[in-house]
Amino acid sequence: MSEITLSVKGLRKVIGKRMIIKDLSFELKRGEVFGFLGPNGAGKTTTIRMLVGLIKPTSGTIQICGLDISKHFTRAMKHLGCIVENPELYPFLTGMENLRHFAVMINGISQERIDEVVRLVGMQDRVNDKVSTYSLGMRQRLGIAQALLGKPDVLILDEPTNGLDPSGIREMRAFIRFLAEEEGLTVLVSSHLLHEIQLMCDRVAIISKGEIIRVDSVNVLLSSEERLIWRMMPHMLGKSILSELTAVVDEAEDTITTAYSVDAVGEWNRRLVEAGVNVLEMNRKLPALEDLFLELTGGESID
Amino acid sequence: MINLVQNEMTKLIGKRRFIIISVIIIVLLSMFSYAQAKQSESTKERLGTVDWRTELQQEIVDMQNRLSSAGQWREQIQIQIKQSQYYLDNDINPAEPGAPSFIRGFVQNSAELFLPLLIMIIAVDLVSSERSMGTIKLLLTRPVSRFNILLSKYIALVLSVSLVIFLFGLFSYLISAMMFGNQGWSAPVLTGFSSEGGELDISGVRLVSQWQYIIQQFGLAWFIALVVGTLSFMLSILMRSSAAGMGTMLACLISGAILSNMVSSWDSAKYLFMVNLGLMDYVSGSAPPIEGMTLGFSLTVLAAWMIGSLLVSFAVFMRKDIY
Repeated sequence: MSEITLSVKGLRKVIGKRMIIKDLSFELKRGEVFGFLGPNGAGKTTTIRMLVGLIKPTSGTIQICGLDISKHFTRAMKHLGCIVENPELYPFLTGMENLRHFAVMINGISQERIDEVVRLVGMQDRVNDKVSTYSLGMRQRLGIAQALLGKPDVLILDEPTNGLDPSGIREMRAFIRFLAEEEGLTVLVSSHLLHEIQLMCDRVAIISKGEIIRVDSVNVLLSSEERLIWRMMPHMLGKSILSELTAVVDEAEDTITTAYSVDAVGEWNRRLVEAGVNVLEMNRKLPALEDLFLELTGGESID
Repeated sequence: MINLVQNEMTKLIGKRRFIIISVIIIVLLSMFSYAQAKQSESTKERLGTVDWRTELQQEIVDMQNRLSSAGQWREQIQIQIKQSQYYLDNDINPAEPGAPSFIRGFVQNSAELFLPLLIMIIAVDLVSSERSMGTIKLLLTRPVSRFNILLSKYIALVLSVSLVIFLFGLFSYLISAMMFGNQGWSAPVLTGFSSEGGELDISGVRLVSQWQYIIQQFGLAWFIALVVGTLSFMLSILMRSSAAGMGTMLACLISGAILSNMVSSWDSAKYLFMVNLGLMDYVSGSAPPIEGMTLGFSLTVLAAWMIGSLLVSFAVFMRKDIY
């Protein structure tokens, strides 16, 4: 399960005199969903366009299944499926015609395979209608069908849930998990929606101003920032006792927050009780990725 | 490669380009052939009851009389006699031509502006429409090199040019045969004019059958259309918007038509492609816009422009970052 399918080393892009992407490096493994998180303009889309060969990097290498895309473009692209931004298809052709159009560009795609991906994304009923009559959700699904045609090892989806309704988002999320877990694909998902990434991804790279600030698994990232919320009676006495033991932050009028520590929490609680403080509430709180993000990027706005 | 070209053709058909072009051709043809029919009707009225055969016979006799004193014009008169004799022998009224004469005139007048315009409808958004639709991102992330993708588009363009010229010929034949009858395919037509030192040189003038002449015309029209198509193709790569490309190309074509009447003393203008589009004039015998221009010269200049724009197209397309 640790086979590396996409590897990026020292990726840079300079436009004019501005360095838009600064020395990105990361590796993706088979069967994982990797999130690419950053505010608009952080360089997510530029990076993704370099990964799929639409933009030439100024320096650095991109390897898909061990093939350098600048040297073996066509061979590397056989292992890749992607949707960059919106799934733009030919509106004047039917869904099936669109799929055939892209299928003939990859050698050895049979009609059976086309039918298979159509079933996979649940588009059997509408596939013979013109794309101009599709809703955004259907276009998104057809876009994914098109990306899966060549049985790729790496799937790159730029903002896959953009414009979908809540049930569509849930479906998409489940589908992406299915592709990674059952089909063993590596999925790279970009988003500016933290919640989305948190629910969907195994690992996440936080990108801001063209740099990767942090890459880690979602669980590690979140647990490193776990907090404990206390409500005590009397409030002031409890606070003074706790502040002797650990850093204390005022949460609201009658609650305070401390860091969470498995080893120490019991002891803190005992000291409070011994001093006659009534502990009304101890609430462990996982931060949303949102808080983390704001913290890491120094409060840069997300949207 | 065949698959890729097929894809491009599917898209052109999906966009209904050929239907639009066919409709334009048919509408214009009907208008022109109707105007032509009206005209020959009024000529007939003017001539009244005089039999055209008697008149033509008289003309031939006149020319034969002039022949002995004609000197250097002798040859030309002989050719005219031959031409008139043919009409007489085959019972064709020269004032009431059949389908071939109409086609000949129509191609002559359409080759410089109308046909290139039809080609532009196809060529000018061949690449830029993929960009404005965003589908270029899907196209360029397939396991196919950019060179092959552009090549397939260009081959599709060459096929479309041929198809449009074919449709043009087919419709003009069908409509004019209906209106004027199908006679006169082997009627003789004068060709082979050249100009030297400002004077029309008629030493190379000869008679060819009308059908040969028309084939030659269509060949030249095809070449003009291909050159204009290739240039529009380049613009569709260089410019994001189809409208801008269309505008630029139209400006070039129209400026060519205007310049041709003005540039006789601006010698280096003869290397501009738009001044060289009047290939038809060489065969029909009009004086070229700039002295010293010949059919061969114009073909060479156009071919050079075509190759140049192809090189630019491929160089830019293969390197371009797609945002």
